[in-house]
Amino acid sequence: MTTRFPAVRLLGAAAAVAAAAGILYGCASAPSASEEAALTARTIAIMKASFRPKGQAGLDRLDQDETQRLCSQYAGGKLPESIVKKIEQENLAAVKYPADGKLVGDWKEGEKIAELGRGKQFSDDPAKPNGANCYACHQLSPKEEAYGTIGPSLYRFGRKHGYTEETRRYAWAKVYDAEAFSACTNMPRFGQHDILTEQQIRDVVALLVDPASPVNQ
Amino acid sequence: MADPMKIRANLVGDSTEVKVLMSHEMDTGLVKDKDGKIIPAWWIQTVKVTHNDKVVLTAQWGTAVSKNPFMSFKFKGGAKGDKVTITWVDNHNDSRTDTALIA
Amino acid sequence: MPSIHSLRLIVGVAAIAAATLAGSAFAQTTLENASAKYRQDLADGNPADLWVARGQEMWKEPRGPRKVSFESCDLGLGPGVVKGAYAQLPRWFADAGRVMDLETRLVWCMVNQQGYTHADATKQTFGNGSRHRSDLEALTAYVAKQSDGVKMNVSLADPHVREMYDVGKKAFFYRAGTHDFACATCHAADDLRIRLQYLPNLTEPAGAQKAYTTWPAYRVAQGETRTFQWRLHDCFRQQRFPDLIYGSDLSIALTTYLAASANGAVYAGPGIKL
Repeated sequence: MTTRFPAVRLLGAAAAVAAAAGILYGCASAPSASEEAALTARTIAIMKASFRPKGQAGLDRLDQDETQRLCSQYAGGKLPESIVKKIEQENLAAVKYPADGKLVGDWKEGEKIAELGRGKQFSDDPAKPNGANCYACHQLSPKEEAYGTIGPSLYRFGRKHGYTEETRRYAWAKVYDAEAFSACTNMPRFGQHDILTEQQIRDVVALLVDPASPVNQ
Repeated sequence: MADPMKIRANLVGDSTEVKVLMSHEMDTGLVKDKDGKIIPAWWIQTVKVTHNDKVVLTAQWGTAVSKNPFMSFKFKGGAKGDKVTITWVDNHNDSRTDTALIA
Repeated sequence: MPSIHSLRLIVGVAAIAAATLAGSAFAQTTLENASAKYRQDLADGNPADLWVARGQEMWKEPRGPRKVSFESCDLGLGPGVVKGAYAQLPRWFADAGRVMDLETRLVWCMVNQQGYTHADATKQTFGNGSRHRSDLEALTAYVAKQSDGVKMNVSLADPHVREMYDVGKKAFFYRAGTHDFACATCHAADDLRIRLQYLPNLTEPAGAQKAYTTWPAYRVAQGETRTFQWRLHDCFRQQRFPDLIYGSDLSIALTTYLAASANGAVYAGPGIKL
């Protein structure tokens, strides 16, 4: 199962037409590959000179890993199938499952993590636990009405996918590293980038897959 | 000293419509600063408006009024060129008086 | 008792917060309507006008060690000319050898004409209450107000400006940091929202126009008038990037990209936002 987000990929008929128009228009003045590379290098140089470290956010935050680099390079255009495969395979290989095999924690703790927006900003205290702020982008429990729409609704996630080991492993891996299933998704890689601890991921997985979780009522 | 108010007074039919913006922190006394210390309450307590020299409005405010308050009201009468004078006094006994002419 | 027909006190966002608690099916429209109504109520009394008034006084007064006023500051249309100046910025300034937005240009005039050090000129770029007010926010609000009703007209004819536009567009899609966020993560599709906050699609003219032409803006929740430099700075904080330097080339590149994308729209600021 994959979930594709529209922001960095062109989807649907209207978008395809727009892309075709863009190509036609671009023919007259399309930048060459070397011009494009020069612009990217210039942009990165300007970015590095435009920030200063603050709090927990050092200048290393600007350094891109391969996934970030490729997703930036192809942003606004079509991601070639070979790049999709490369990103998804590399990220899938990076997913770490818990050593004890325990994938599901406490949905009540998961709910708190889903609500909490703190974490990794230069204004945040790194000594305090990070949140995942799932509600910023997703609908989950119907009781929380202040949810965003950047990601799909996850209401009744467990009920829809079935309360199986496969669903639990998918939920774990998706929260750990969403790029493994959907190249250039807007969703952060919560495990891969140490945003959430192993126990916190268990709790978020519980929110999604526990039959008793409000998400599945 | 506090910043000037921004006052507009316009004759509309037989009444004068007054709109005023005041520059004030209006601290409620319930908010903490980043060190966890309470920011003491600091708010406008009274507002008085006169048309020429006659009082047309008095108000007593609490801390529920927002920062940089905006108030609008009408009173009967008034003529173009008349003075509308507004005074506020806060709990530090600081005050500010400004005057506008009815347009 | 005087004859008072109506007396309205604006008491912050409480009324709007209450309105958003309505049923989820209606939450969208309720929120939109409530904020539209609130903005309409405040249209005649936007507290940003207090910043405009303060900026207007500062514009005329002799300032800094050299006691020079902003009347000699050229924002691109001649020394001291403010009418329409904001709507044509950023632009290339040969005397500074840089593309500059309004805020960067104000700092340049403070340093090169009024004699401030750069550190003094940028000591309080963003204000924090009446005890730590920002002159730059007031000056920016004042100058921007003089473009109210003027069509956005940022020229990309100069190659330096064109380069900043291209860099800004590139940077808009640059993903990095702990969360893989770029500007585009939130601002490259229509009708998305974070929690209940709708996000403008800044890659389309309509979205860029609506967003750019309403900054600077009075932020009700903060009780402060904020500028476009502030908007970029706080977006990057939420992107988990480090601290964007005020007037940095990246800030000017993104401003150039977004301001030029708003070309053709009528500037209507300073605005008011929740």
